[in-house]
Amino acid sequence: MLTDNKTVSSLRQAYGETLVQLGEENKNIVVLDADLACSTQTIRFQKAFPERFFNMGVAEQDGVCTAAGLAYSGRIAFFSTFAVFASGRAWDQVRCSVAHPNLNVKIVATHGGVTVGEDGASHQALEDISIMRSLPNMRVIIPADSVETRAVIRYVAETKGPFYVRLTRPNMPEIFDAKEYKFEPKARVLVEGKDVTIATYGETVIEALKCAEMLKEKGVSAEVINVPVIKPFDEKTIIESAKKTGAVLTVENHSIIGGLGSTVCETLSEKMPLPVKRIGVRDEFGQSGEYTLLMEKYGLVAEKFINEALELIRSKKY
Amino acid sequence: MKQIKKLSDGEIAELIRLSGKLREKCLEMIHNAKSGHPGGNLSAIDLMLVLYKNVINHCCEWDCSPEWDKRDRFVLSKGHASAALYCVLAECEYFLEDELMSFRRLGTRLQGHPNCNCVPGVEIPSGSLGQGLSMANGIALSLRLDKSNAKVFVMLGDGELQEGQVWEAAMSAAHYKLNNVIAIVDRNRLQIDGCTEDVKAIEPLADKWRAFGWEVLEINGHDFQQIYTAYNEAINLGEATSRPIVIIANTIKGKGVSFMENNAGWHGKATKQEEFIKAVEELRGKC
Repeated sequence: MLTDNKTVSSLRQAYGETLVQLGEENKNIVVLDADLACSTQTIRFQKAFPERFFNMGVAEQDGVCTAAGLAYSGRIAFFSTFAVFASGRAWDQVRCSVAHPNLNVKIVATHGGVTVGEDGASHQALEDISIMRSLPNMRVIIPADSVETRAVIRYVAETKGPFYVRLTRPNMPEIFDAKEYKFEPKARVLVEGKDVTIATYGETVIEALKCAEMLKEKGVSAEVINVPVIKPFDEKTIIESAKKTGAVLTVENHSIIGGLGSTVCETLSEKMPLPVKRIGVRDEFGQSGEYTLLMEKYGLVAEKFINEALELIRSKKY
Repeated sequence: MKQIKKLSDGEIAELIRLSGKLREKCLEMIHNAKSGHPGGNLSAIDLMLVLYKNVINHCCEWDCSPEWDKRDRFVLSKGHASAALYCVLAECEYFLEDELMSFRRLGTRLQGHPNCNCVPGVEIPSGSLGQGLSMANGIALSLRLDKSNAKVFVMLGDGELQEGQVWEAAMSAAHYKLNNVIAIVDRNRLQIDGCTEDVKAIEPLADKWRAFGWEVLEINGHDFQQIYTAYNEAINLGEATSRPIVIIANTIKGKGVSFMENNAGWHGKATKQEEFIKAVEELRGKC
């Protein structure tokens, strides 16, 4: 299923192209944006189906509720803007007008995490997964590459109810082989191992794969799990892996509060307590900078979190 | 443009009878629940009553009639007027009147603020102010895609207009030429902390809506003939101008009960036993 990671492509472009395909197949699909149609790539849908595209201007709250009104009327409504605005700026609107009535609104939020880069803290959503997953009825998915993005967008369009999908800004290596890849709403073991589990999603999946290679050279066998679906959380896969390896390292482009790390801790502390180490932004705001340097600064690259993995293995109780 | 007829004396007499009956029901629900919002329910109820009884096409066979998709929609953005909406819906036989007294009780469908998933006739959820007009716009856009002639009526509170999202939505409705949207502002001039003009002024209100690209009508929101005429005029205006329409309905908070009228203190509290008895006596004396 995995490729050699040599092809690099845009998740946002994959989103825009998939929207156009879905728009051709289903005239009930409508798309709303908040003055970021070029950045989010919903502009592709706008060009193909102008009568079913609504630019709400710089008004995310209005955008979310308008999408809710369309969804209430039987449409499948996609709403896109940057993750920081889709989640934070319009959270009460998502809560009251989308999640509570359980409407068919698909929030596809781009530019998640520190990888936004130069725009800095105001634009770097580091809390979005936390505040979205705490809403009843809301499901949260973060694809790792363009192949997974296409499949996830199709899945959310075909599955009733509200979704929050987070896409990254930079182009990413294609991890999955488009010919073989099939999306299932659960966690997936990409590399099997026995000494430590590395659970991750999005941009850091490729880093976790790299880390596993590096650990292998040191004689350590790491299991890598891709967890695109933070909610509903696939407890079974994580528990099974943790049972085998005895320790879990979570890695995410998000605050360590409320994201995958917290979700894994919640699950394991209730069902199978064992050491977990959370890698992510440690309760602070991001900052401007080139995105690869930011990834490094916040410890989201293999070279950094390999040490945490080794330390975690040492802390295991045998 | 349709000629607007007038309500007959008989129709007005019936509305007067019903408005007294439903006001009493509303107060009884709130009294029974020991919580709720008497003031804003009594200011809004005449506007909802005329809408459902004399104006909109609707059908109480929730979701199962072939006429269902053609219905006009009513969106209650000021969700704290839920008791009035439930009373009107029960009067229109969306559900049995007996259920009204379950209002705000554990396990009820009649939640403190409306939940559209469970109550027949409730179109959208509301309670967090400022969101209804945007949802009404979404419904209106969808109706347009379906080439439907149905209208979307949406009721906002005047204090609610302090929510910025209302004005985002006002811009959207004008931008998308949503002449199938008719907003009603329940202008009772009071909010929880006092007069709207003291808390945070919303005047000049008609000018604001006009500046946002809306047609504006102003009426006395307790005069049945004026309410009826304004709704029909709004429908006509929409068809003639391609602009959304707002009806600013000047109302009296707590209308019908002397000690509640124009008193912000009755925004969100239930009656004590003797107050309830006095209120019912007054309402019965009037109709």
